[in-house]
Amino acid sequence: MYSAIVFLPLIGFLIAGLFGRTIGAKASEYITSGLLIVAAILSWIAFFSVGFTDAAPQHVTVLRWINSGTLDVNWMIRVDTLTVVMLVVVNTVSALVHVYSIGYMHHDPHRPRFFAYLSLFTFAMLTLVTADNLLQMFFGWEGVGLASYLLIGFWYQKPSANAAAIKAFVVNRVGDFGFALGIFGVFYLFNSIDLDTVFANAQAFVEGGHGEPVLDFLGYHLDAHGAMTALCLLLFMGAMGKSAQFLLHTWLPDAMEGPTPVSALIHAATMVTAGVFMVARLSPLFELSHTALTFVTFIGATTAFFAATVGLVQNDIKRVIAYSTCSQLGYMFVALGVGAYSVGIFHLFTHAFFKALLFLGAGSVIHAVSDEQDMRKMGGLRKHIPVTYWMMVIGTLALTGFPLTAGYFSKDAVIEAAYAGHNSFALYGFWLTVAAAALTSFYSWRLAFMTFHGKPRASVDVMKHVHESPYVMTVPLMILAAGALFAGLIFSGFFIGEGYGEFWRVSLFTSEENHVLHDMHEVPAWVKFSPLVMMIGGFLVAWHFYIRSPDTPKRLAERHEGLYKFLLNKWYFDELYDAIFVRPALWIGRQLWKKGDGATIDGFGPDGVAARVQNVTTWVVRLQTGYIYHYAFAMLIGVAALVTWSMFGGGSAQ
Amino acid sequence: MSWPILSTITFLPLVGVLFILLVRGEEDSAKENIRRVSLITTVFTFIVSLIIWINFDTQNPGFQFEERADWLGGNITYRMGVDGISMLFVILTTFLMPFCILASWRSIENRVKEYMIAFLVLETLMIGVFCALDLVVFYVFFEGGLIPMFLIIGVWGGKRRVYASYKFFLYTLLGSVLMLIAIMAMYWNAGTTDIPTLLAHSFPAEMQTWLWIAFFASFAVKMPMWPVHTWLPDAHVEAPTAGSVILAGILLKMGGYGFLRFSLPMFPVASDLFAPFIFTLSVVAIIYTSLVALAQEDIKKLIAYSSVAHMGYVTMGLFTMTEQGLQGGIFQMLSHGIVSGALFLCVGVIYDRMHTREIDAYGGLVNRMPAYAVAFMIFTMANVGLPGTSGFVGEFLTLVGVFRVNTWVALFATTGVILSAAYALYLYRRVIFGVIDKENLKSILDLSVRERVILAPLVVLTIFFGFYPAPVFDVTQASVDQLIQNYQAALETAQQTASLAH
Repeated sequence: MYSAIVFLPLIGFLIAGLFGRTIGAKASEYITSGLLIVAAILSWIAFFSVGFTDAAPQHVTVLRWINSGTLDVNWMIRVDTLTVVMLVVVNTVSALVHVYSIGYMHHDPHRPRFFAYLSLFTFAMLTLVTADNLLQMFFGWEGVGLASYLLIGFWYQKPSANAAAIKAFVVNRVGDFGFALGIFGVFYLFNSIDLDTVFANAQAFVEGGHGEPVLDFLGYHLDAHGAMTALCLLLFMGAMGKSAQFLLHTWLPDAMEGPTPVSALIHAATMVTAGVFMVARLSPLFELSHTALTFVTFIGATTAFFAATVGLVQNDIKRVIAYSTCSQLGYMFVALGVGAYSVGIFHLFTHAFFKALLFLGAGSVIHAVSDEQDMRKMGGLRKHIPVTYWMMVIGTLALTGFPLTAGYFSKDAVIEAAYAGHNSFALYGFWLTVAAAALTSFYSWRLAFMTFHGKPRASVDVMKHVHESPYVMTVPLMILAAGALFAGLIFSGFFIGEGYGEFWRVSLFTSEENHVLHDMHEVPAWVKFSPLVMMIGGFLVAWHFYIRSPDTPKRLAERHEGLYKFLLNKWYFDELYDAIFVRPALWIGRQLWKKGDGATIDGFGPDGVAARVQNVTTWVVRLQTGYIYHYAFAMLIGVAALVTWSMFGGGSAQ
Repeated sequence: MSWPILSTITFLPLVGVLFILLVRGEEDSAKENIRRVSLITTVFTFIVSLIIWINFDTQNPGFQFEERADWLGGNITYRMGVDGISMLFVILTTFLMPFCILASWRSIENRVKEYMIAFLVLETLMIGVFCALDLVVFYVFFEGGLIPMFLIIGVWGGKRRVYASYKFFLYTLLGSVLMLIAIMAMYWNAGTTDIPTLLAHSFPAEMQTWLWIAFFASFAVKMPMWPVHTWLPDAHVEAPTAGSVILAGILLKMGGYGFLRFSLPMFPVASDLFAPFIFTLSVVAIIYTSLVALAQEDIKKLIAYSSVAHMGYVTMGLFTMTEQGLQGGIFQMLSHGIVSGALFLCVGVIYDRMHTREIDAYGGLVNRMPAYAVAFMIFTMANVGLPGTSGFVGEFLTLVGVFRVNTWVALFATTGVILSAAYALYLYRRVIFGVIDKENLKSILDLSVRERVILAPLVVLTIFFGFYPAPVFDVTQASVDQLIQNYQAALETAQQTASLAH
């Protein structure tokens, strides 16, 4: 069954990819979607059979992969609770997105290719979450990167889409650079990159170290503790890239150039959460390095706040949600950083529902208003597309943490865990996530009000064509909405509550001293209520700004022009990176080519020698026909000399 | 003595040459016959060469299928044999040749006869390099292979072919003269040119240094390593497509093979001494040439520079003398043979249509050539080292190996994964994506049946070895193990001798 879950999407990809043009778009859509639905159903079965029984973790070996000396890596499927949670998230959202895309993409001439890519992505993501060793995880990691690259650049005629695709791939590669080094380091220290072997030895390794250096890393002689910290930080760099965390976040907003279902699947619900999954999966390592966890908290909190501030002023409906995703991923990392791994994963789980819902809802809006994405040209759509409107409202409620919705359980748990956490940045995490909660509420309601309320700002022509989306699009929205409403209520007991231990069992590791999960239930009442207060505050401000007196935002922006520009331009990260990385790299490349290769190496080397040789040869002798004869001649003389010498001179020495 | 299979494979192409010589006339039917004879010869050679893979004993670390015959007074013998290190290079050579012939099917119209003869002779010489078990025989094959290559670039090359072959000549002359002197010195010291005997011989430490440098001069140029790489972009640009395929696919591997066969096992003390030097050059090559590739305006030059970067991983891996580094280096060479060969074939496809290699002359090809775009994408990703393609396995293993030796080297070398993504995707975007706005591209045709036949097997192998590289590792394992053991043993002996002397 587990093999089926992983390989059904691959089969779909191969069918649609290889024979898409032969069997036609309809067949490709139905086959890939059908296979994904089957995979999703199987995932839920796996979820209940693994998560709610005491089945031991399972390993299915598929194929040998790289075996060189002590490095022994196989293709394996590993199934434990963490895996099945991810299987459910990935396959459910993917199946719904497949179905939704049948409606959303129905004008596009390249549908077989689109569905093939979606299935390819799903397959790569599944190999990632079922990985039993770091290298297979890296395979899935880069595989989803490839699928993301292909899907962002799906409309290859748009230069902006092509640029965004490259940016996504290259920035992710920066993260992968750290991930790869982390894998090398793990192999160096443990002589294996199998998760079980590494986990089994990790604790003894750190505790058994007595300060003697075990790893010379970049000139530092690290002891066992230091080495573990270095490894975790390197691995976390990969997570920062994939999950678009602060400093490596720049690709995610640009990735919105891809079709909207892609944004929902890849850039909200699944791929970008891979970093969170990775840290949780490697909790037996991260738990051993206090420093690394502190850093995770710091980056997560910073991202949560930073992305939320940028989200306040964006006008593109998808970019607002993209920054929101970035910010929510920050929340997850805060939870991981304070050691509350299950809380992080729980937020991942609920977030997948409501964020996919918001993106697909946004897609439905965009679909309705003739591919317009600028919210300044929307407004007053509530009456025209009521189903979409209500679905978006549900998504917004869940995102902002309205009581009893999914976000209420998971997000408040993150904030409580941050308060209860013990590392030096835990309080930093707490205050920033609380502040971000207010910002989240503001920009989410701003989005809803600008899009659906007020007077229509679209042209009459567009308004005439506004229509509700077909069932094939709205039904997936409804399913996700059900998840956004009830996933928290149903599952919080198992993920983070009383049933915590029996549910996760060995798949998440917490050390003896880690009591965060217990402590977070005993935080003061004001901590528990702070997110709710923030949510209401954000809502009221948004209501005031966009419903009651719609001029306020404009006046405010004029009064604080510097700040507004700063936020609108996303803290100028793109400009900064362009100035310090992209341009210099191109410039250095050109210099090395012209000055290095051309002037220096060739100038002193062959060209210089050639010039001398030409001077000489002109008066010595003219071998008119070229250099081959020179060469053959020199070689033959050499061989002849050697042979002669060996036969007459050297030979007699024996 | 059993049937001399290695000699058979080595000289089979010459049989094809004989047949070609029998074809008379200049008319089209004669050219067609010549092409067919060449294709049949190379395909047949490939099939015969598979016999060695099938009968290869993976447990045996030594030489297999050995043949020997006295030659030149008994001191220099004609001796052939393959082990786990060299066997797959023979297969790679015979495998790539039919593609070269097919790629030249329509693009070469003048002097077809001479062209095909040059290629078949080249094949003989290249196979000989990997099979030879005598230094002199090796040297003859090694240097002799350059003559047909010169001709291929010089006669069927582009506009600046004379400059390119001049450069090629100057670089290789220097290396080969030094190597010849070193071979003489080795003979003087060991009394034989027999490679298996030399592998067991231990040269005095000071002498190793000089011999190592002399061999290095030749192999570094072949590899090519920074800073003696500048002949390669020019040679690639001027060579016809099939010439580039052979150059990147096989000739570059001779340098790496040389390191594996001579420098490391015969001069272990010197190799150990010079390893940091090699690491430095490799890392410089990876970063430097990747940056240069980023700035290129010519498709072939860009791929040529990326080849230099990829060979940097190879040299780095080999000199780690770790299992992963060595196997990764070998795998990287084989994989690069397939992938870069395929990339040059891809360039050839559009060059045949538009007769330009300028990146700016293209754009939006995917609109007219979807099948081509897919193939090119797969090879680009293999070039980038995406897991699941053969390009990843070698890169990963060499980096694992080097991390165990020096983390600084690993750190800098790993930046290559970022840079390679940048230059390769940037190239792909400019050539393939976008709208077709250039008038002359609007009627460009997608892959023909012949081109599909060429690219399909390469696509399959690139992905197959990405997921299942085990067949390669099974072959190389035993020989690599033995190489490392002997190397460590030699280093220990050298240390003991040194401490005794004090």
